[in-house]
Amino acid sequence: MALSIEDIKKIAHLARIEVSESEATATLSKLTGILGLIEQMQAVDTTGIVPMSHAQELHQRLRDDVVTKTNQREAFQKNAPMLGNGSTQPAVAGGLYLVPKVIE
Amino acid sequence: MINSSLKQLASMLQAKKISSVELTQSFLTRITQYNPSINAYIALDEGKTLAQAKAADVRIAAGNATALTGIPLAQKDIFCAQGWQTTCGSKMLANFIAPYDAHVITQFDQAGAVNLGKTNMDEFAMGSSNETSYFGGVKNPWSFDHVPGGSSGGSAAAVAARLCAAATGTDTGGSIRQPASLCGLTGLKPSYGVVSRYGMIAFASSLDQAGPMAKSAEDCALMMNVMAGFDERDSTSLQRDKEDYSRELNKPQTDQPLLGLKIGLPKEFFAEGLDASVAQVITAAIDVYKKLGAQIIDISLPNTGLSIPVYYVLAPAEASSNLSRYDGVRYGHRAAEYTDLNDMYNKSRAEGFGAEVKRRILIGTYVLSAGYYDAYYLKAQQIRRLIAQDFIEAFKQCDVIMGPAAPSTAFKAGEKVDDPVAMYLQDIYTISTNLAGLPGMSLPAGFAQAKDGPALPVGLQIIGNYFDEARMLNVAHQYQQVTDWHQQMPDLKRA
Repeated sequence: MALSIEDIKKIAHLARIEVSESEATATLSKLTGILGLIEQMQAVDTTGIVPMSHAQELHQRLRDDVVTKTNQREAFQKNAPMLGNGSTQPAVAGGLYLVPKVIE
Repeated sequence: MINSSLKQLASMLQAKKISSVELTQSFLTRITQYNPSINAYIALDEGKTLAQAKAADVRIAAGNATALTGIPLAQKDIFCAQGWQTTCGSKMLANFIAPYDAHVITQFDQAGAVNLGKTNMDEFAMGSSNETSYFGGVKNPWSFDHVPGGSSGGSAAAVAARLCAAATGTDTGGSIRQPASLCGLTGLKPSYGVVSRYGMIAFASSLDQAGPMAKSAEDCALMMNVMAGFDERDSTSLQRDKEDYSRELNKPQTDQPLLGLKIGLPKEFFAEGLDASVAQVITAAIDVYKKLGAQIIDISLPNTGLSIPVYYVLAPAEASSNLSRYDGVRYGHRAAEYTDLNDMYNKSRAEGFGAEVKRRILIGTYVLSAGYYDAYYLKAQQIRRLIAQDFIEAFKQCDVIMGPAAPSTAFKAGEKVDDPVAMYLQDIYTISTNLAGLPGMSLPAGFAQAKDGPALPVGLQIIGNYFDEARMLNVAHQYQQVTDWHQQMPDLKRA
């Protein structure tokens, strides 16, 4: 199936990656090439074949219901990004992460 | 000394002929001298490294050293190592300091190995030339005009240039074996589930597997003894008994140590697309195996050609999900300017990811999007089973499979960087083993003259049945007893 510029913009929106007009055009030609490669699959008759989702037939293990992790909030928050929009402070306050307001 | 095996280094350390601090210092000196041109390392921390070396010397003096105590290793920058910059080759994680250790790092720490630094790699392990790294490409130590392969290109170059005693890599579609082939070293991708993925930054979780990259099969076996084993923190880690991967290496040496071994040669691995000079080297290596007593059997893996299309549905699909965690909220890159939350996500991800990573996220998003799931994702999973069944059939006829690890020797930097499809074809001989979950390795088998340049290394690939790593390592080791390709070193002053 041929992709259009609109498709690229829609996929980029779903993936939350901003693309400019010129990036969308460049991406279109690359993705069209890759999808051309992928299309080779359509020649194969896969009727009745059970999909293989994983390299090993695994079932999820259960572990004992005990506490194994300790709170490391301070250590983890050292990796917080800068707040941005003019502030070079880390995007944390009172042990929470700061993001733009989503509820008015 | 820089060309010594891990076993030789361990005996020098234990006999106190050299201290770990001295050995480590000699590698650090080489790194200072050559890394600025090769760019194999992203992060170095001499203080941390020498502290580990000092601790190793204390441990050796106390008489409780392991096979790797005091030996300086390089770690691919995909493994979290507490207190170390851990970037996965991406701008997204350029400032990320890992707050905990990956299982693999813990295992090496407990063995007393010394961490020399974090090695360069394709961004998020997506690439076959190391050119997608945010921290710049890596030079192939055999020729600085050529790529080292990828994604574990920094580890491969570090081992080849003797900027470490051995290194770790990860392999999702060939990322250990292809760079090992292009740089002339021995690399093993174990069966899926043998090495814990805990703390290893995820690309495609059903395919990712860590393994050793070293000078010889014997060194790989010693690395595997430390890396492999059950870890409850990885839900796909297999509950198997601890193995000694070197157990098969030391069988009594005879004229025909591999007598009775059945080697399958898949015709698809020698078809169009394989460079003639590479084919010549592989054929010569197979002749050596005949002399060692092996029997050659022609086999077929009919769905080999489909492994690339299948991989480029499944790996991007898994990646698009795994990489959704990078949103600029808690760690990683956040855009400097944004209006609302969605704008913050969109800009942070647009700025933090490089072009190839974005392409794969977009492909993955597309194949999983409404209306396309059955045509792409489900179809790819069905063909994945056909590919795995090809191997199951083949292993009814043979013990190991051999062929080239890559279709050509190292290519020139810049040659394929604008053509993703040409780059993807680099992994034609390696991807199918990841899809099946089988172990695969590459070992140096000689050199081929590049079209317009120097003689460059060629890797022989060995694919084994599930959990047959010890046998594969022996099959490689026996070849390395009668050849010296694995001991050859590049001349860095001329490269």
